[in-house]
Amino acid sequence: MEPHVVVNGRARPLGEVGGHTTLLEWLRSTGYTGCKEGCAEGECGACAVLVARPAEATGANGSATTRWTAINACLVPAAGFDAQEVVTSEGLGDPERLHPVQEQMAVRGGSQCGYCTPGFICSMAAEYYRADRSPADAEAEAATAEPGTNGHSRAEAGADPAAPGHAPDHEHGPNGFDLHALSGNLCRCTGYRPIRDAAYALGSPDESDALAQRRSAPAPAPAPTVITTGGTAYRRPADLAQALELLAQHPDARLVAGSTDWGVELNIRHVRAELTIALDRVAELRTFSVQPDRIEIGAALTLSEVERLLDGRVPLLAELFPQFASRLIRNGATLGGNLGTGSPIGDSPPALLALDASLVLASAAGERTVPLSEYFTGYRQTVKRPDELIKTITLPLPVAPISAFHKIAKRRFDDISSVAIAFALRLDGDTVSDIKIGLGGVAAMPIRASATEAALTGRPWTPKVAAEAARVLADEGTPISDHRASAAYRTAMLGTSLRKFHAQNANAGKVGAK
Amino acid sequence: MSFAHGPLADRPNNPKVGLPLPHEAASLHVTGKALYTDDLIHRTPNLLHAWPLQAPHAHARVTTFDVTPAYDVPGVVRVLTAQDVPGVNDAGIKHDEPLFPTEIMFYGHAVCYVLGETEDAARLGAEAIVVEYEPLPSLMTIPEAIAAESFQGAQRTVSRGDADAGLAASTHRFSGEFSFGGQEHFYLETNAALALVDEAGQVFVQSSTQHPSETQEIVAHVLGRPSHEITVQCLRLGGGFGGKEMQPHGFAAVAALGATITGRPVLLRLNRTQDITMTGKRHPFHASWEIGFDADLRIRALKATLTSDGGWSLDLSEPVLARALCHIDNAYWIPDIEAHGRIAKTNKTSQTAFRGFGGPQGMIVIEDILGRCAPQLGIAPEELRRRNFYSPGQPTPYGQPVRHAERLAAIWQTLSDKASVAQRQEQIAAFNAGHHDSKRALAITPVKFGISFNLTAFNQAGALVHVYKDGSVLINHGGVEMGQGLHTKMIQVAATALGVPLSYVRLAPTRTDKVPNTSATAASSGADINGGAVKNACDQIRERLATVAAGQLGIHPDDVRFVDGVVTGIGFHDKQIEWAKLTHDAYFQRVQLWAAGFYRTAGLHWDANRMQGEPFKYFAYGAACAEVEVDGFTGAYRLLRADIVHDVGDSLSPLIDVGQIEGGFVQGTGWLTLEELRWDTSDGPHRGRLNTQAASTYKIPSFSEMPEEFHVHLFERATESGVVYGSKAVGEPPLMEAFAVREALRAAVAQFGPAGYPVDLGSPATPEAVYWAIDAARTAGTAGTNGATGRPTTDASAQELAGV
Repeated sequence: MEPHVVVNGRARPLGEVGGHTTLLEWLRSTGYTGCKEGCAEGECGACAVLVARPAEATGANGSATTRWTAINACLVPAAGFDAQEVVTSEGLGDPERLHPVQEQMAVRGGSQCGYCTPGFICSMAAEYYRADRSPADAEAEAATAEPGTNGHSRAEAGADPAAPGHAPDHEHGPNGFDLHALSGNLCRCTGYRPIRDAAYALGSPDESDALAQRRSAPAPAPAPTVITTGGTAYRRPADLAQALELLAQHPDARLVAGSTDWGVELNIRHVRAELTIALDRVAELRTFSVQPDRIEIGAALTLSEVERLLDGRVPLLAELFPQFASRLIRNGATLGGNLGTGSPIGDSPPALLALDASLVLASAAGERTVPLSEYFTGYRQTVKRPDELIKTITLPLPVAPISAFHKIAKRRFDDISSVAIAFALRLDGDTVSDIKIGLGGVAAMPIRASATEAALTGRPWTPKVAAEAARVLADEGTPISDHRASAAYRTAMLGTSLRKFHAQNANAGKVGAK
Repeated sequence: MSFAHGPLADRPNNPKVGLPLPHEAASLHVTGKALYTDDLIHRTPNLLHAWPLQAPHAHARVTTFDVTPAYDVPGVVRVLTAQDVPGVNDAGIKHDEPLFPTEIMFYGHAVCYVLGETEDAARLGAEAIVVEYEPLPSLMTIPEAIAAESFQGAQRTVSRGDADAGLAASTHRFSGEFSFGGQEHFYLETNAALALVDEAGQVFVQSSTQHPSETQEIVAHVLGRPSHEITVQCLRLGGGFGGKEMQPHGFAAVAALGATITGRPVLLRLNRTQDITMTGKRHPFHASWEIGFDADLRIRALKATLTSDGGWSLDLSEPVLARALCHIDNAYWIPDIEAHGRIAKTNKTSQTAFRGFGGPQGMIVIEDILGRCAPQLGIAPEELRRRNFYSPGQPTPYGQPVRHAERLAAIWQTLSDKASVAQRQEQIAAFNAGHHDSKRALAITPVKFGISFNLTAFNQAGALVHVYKDGSVLINHGGVEMGQGLHTKMIQVAATALGVPLSYVRLAPTRTDKVPNTSATAASSGADINGGAVKNACDQIRERLATVAAGQLGIHPDDVRFVDGVVTGIGFHDKQIEWAKLTHDAYFQRVQLWAAGFYRTAGLHWDANRMQGEPFKYFAYGAACAEVEVDGFTGAYRLLRADIVHDVGDSLSPLIDVGQIEGGFVQGTGWLTLEELRWDTSDGPHRGRLNTQAASTYKIPSFSEMPEEFHVHLFERATESGVVYGSKAVGEPPLMEAFAVREALRAAVAQFGPAGYPVDLGSPATPEAVYWAIDAARTAGTAGTNGATGRPTTDASAQELAGV
């Protein structure tokens, strides 16, 4: 069958899209106006659409199921959706028969200018259709929310949970709606309150709801794809062997999984690669296993998938995920991508450094394992050869019992870190037996704070020692001043972060693990 | 009929105004069926895309310019340059904005535009053009412009009494300086215009513009044609906020020029980076001031000089400055005052209208002064503010009596009660006593905002209302729908005035060939003036129909009533006529079933040179209470709760009005706390470049900035006489209620310092700015002085307050 995408239940030929036509461009050129370009870099969510993706959970008979997943259509190549199912806001309902999500948004004043609205509808619909969304879920999440983000709860017992202004737990609705589902959608008009109220007023899908029913069947399988247009090509290899073979032949090919970084290059810097190789559905890169001494995470699992598969097993990562970009980005972005770009301001490297992760690098010639602490070599430079890709991220077990991820940014949702600091601490009584500290945003590459680690190891976990070590930490980076923060602030944040970490865990040694 | 508040303000029985309706296009918004200019591509075959060639210099002269290589790029159809302009090569109303410049005035200034079969082709064409520049000296900051005496436009002064004498007579005197940042509009829909030429050679432009008539005017003068050959239509805007009041004109002109030259439809849609780097923003300001208080801590006198950064061209900088000077008093009686204003000319984008239009920049100065002085005066900031409110009968410095000044105190009291301020102050004190590293505080600030365009001529509007034989109603007015719910309100006004169900009324897109010579949809005035015009047209039709009905009912026309599509007589209901039957009958009696409506705001006068008069129809009032929690380790903060009491008169549409209040408040909070425009002010190769030119670097509020608890109350029993159905404008005033957030941050920072410590807080108060303020407060607490800190200097930081 010729390459096609099923949009709102109807198969549409992909046509001449090559590797450079984004899903957003393609949808709009095909006549779908319900996805908009607001920023072209995955920051505003006006382009959000739903795609049918494999769910981790299986059906009653053990069969594969589907999760409606919201992503930014502006970042992904249309060619990557060969044989896939996409739903836009037009596909959810029409003005005469609004979808429940559309109905709530409309009647509660959730749209003003309306430009961001279809994207909000898709993000909200994904959460509406989340199979495990339930009020109990909301209570559990609220109870385990990390201090400093959700801790400030101001319940008003007995009030209408969807009434204006009500905040039983600001970020979780009484219907189990997780507000982080909308963290990648920007609205300039409403101030968000009516959108939140619309989200928290949603019920559950009817049994007759076609998209709800669709969840119990498997997601469309990835189609091995070769699309060549005007001298550029997009290829989705069938398996890892084929991917490595392609990479060996074309070491300058662009590897993409979620394409959340590549999409920005494409749209903003107009970079055009000759060959784009899609890794996002390569089965060997999407494995996950928990062994007695380690966790192995496939490099092409999305961050959302990793978050659900880990299910809180690694508290440091559980704390990181809600702060990592937005749900729309996490639904596409992968650890392999975040490490593959080698950016000094990616959010996963500091955490993975603190967790003492290592990487399996694969090429047609074979595999090798590299400790993450030896992986980065300079600004966007790593030891990975052009013919290699990241196959697996390995985390040694048990993880340190005390950890924290401090992200310094202007905005709490969906921002890029000025400084990111990850701590993983083991205490023996009151003494620091081991501490690993990963830093981002303070040097040309992610680094470990080795001098600070040395200054703490073997010392008592006291405010005085922490304060002394904080001064060491403040000097570990070589930060620069830019539009996000001054060098002085970045330096100050290094110092205060250790004092904050200590304040948060001052009594950890006395009462055991956090 | 008797009119308690005048014929314009009084409501009939069972009015459609006042109902909490969703946005009239909500069902189109949520289904993706609502079309914006760029969505029309699919309906416009044979379209060409335009792409700007942007210059990489803050200030330069074009020395070499060769477009021929562009034509070697496949898909390039035409390069548009100054030689193509048949009319005037200018995109502004002040004739200082050449559409195709030879002197580059800011980094990103468009030299020319390339038309291509695809956007990619046009972009590659633009990259192929050979341009060489001779760099010229540039000015990037207000201090640089002041030092170079680079100003533009008129300098103005608002004054009353003798400010020097008032200061001399004051018990307490303070002086200081304060710089604060601008704001990018970041409407979600970027600027776009789609032009085509019809069979008669007339030009039709679909433009995302707040000012279709002026867009039409500029297109006409660029093309050298009369206005009647140009039609501008606007379906809706994906946000405007003032950013599309002036800026769209040149883009529409480029599209129109391309369409007339090629004969093909031309779309010019800016991408986000182009929009941010090419279009103007809220003006940043510098203020220096001296204030005096009497022994009772009442303001005695104020002297201030405001310098706005107007960017490279004049644009709307003069009226923005005028409004800033007219709002430096905010809600406070200042007996002796002298406020000077001037506009710096710099090599930046041409700063322009932004929700509040200078009002926020005037008001932040006095709110900053009060927030900084209160600790030194030993008084709670909210008490200092309340004590200085206007009393009824007191005029503003520009000579306008402050009508309904008593509402300030009433709103303040209502807010204090609804927000449980006294009780929460105790809770906050208890929290702060128990937390060393995080502190909470709340603050209350008032708003008084003048409604009407300062320029009196703009306070007029037109409407065209058609009633068809079948009774259906089609309304058209000069206002633009940009999300503020104007069209929803206009449907409610028409249904109320005609006495028909809402479903009988449809609203047609805004077009300059339906209603001519319109004003910008701006200054919060959209509903006031267009509502007046729509009602005027409906009233004419209703009166004619009343005559027809009176004949059928056998009663006097004055006694005919129109309610919900049924026409009957006063006091008895046994005889009634269906609306559709009446309109049908009226047609056969040859009664005109359509009318043009007009409205001019009465009683306004303004002397722009003396800065005296009564420029405003009335004042909008409100107050907000905000509570924040600040993290002492990082300066990060959360907005725990916000409460607002706001005066919208008798609301035309409560759901819409609450939406405007909440949205304005959060947008104002963004300006004051988060949104930061960082220009390259170095002497490096990219001097003048805006470094925050994308959504990834320029952060507007997201869900995480929404108040965790948010309560908005409309001030009750607030009928505004002389305004359509007793309502008040609501677009801009709530933005300034966000001062409460900034003042709450200041108060929370003060908790880290010694008692009475005056907090100097940058604007925007980003986490970094808050951190340095905390750092300074702590240093003052330990050293007893404001010792040196690691704080870097930025142009958003304020100077130390010097007690006199």
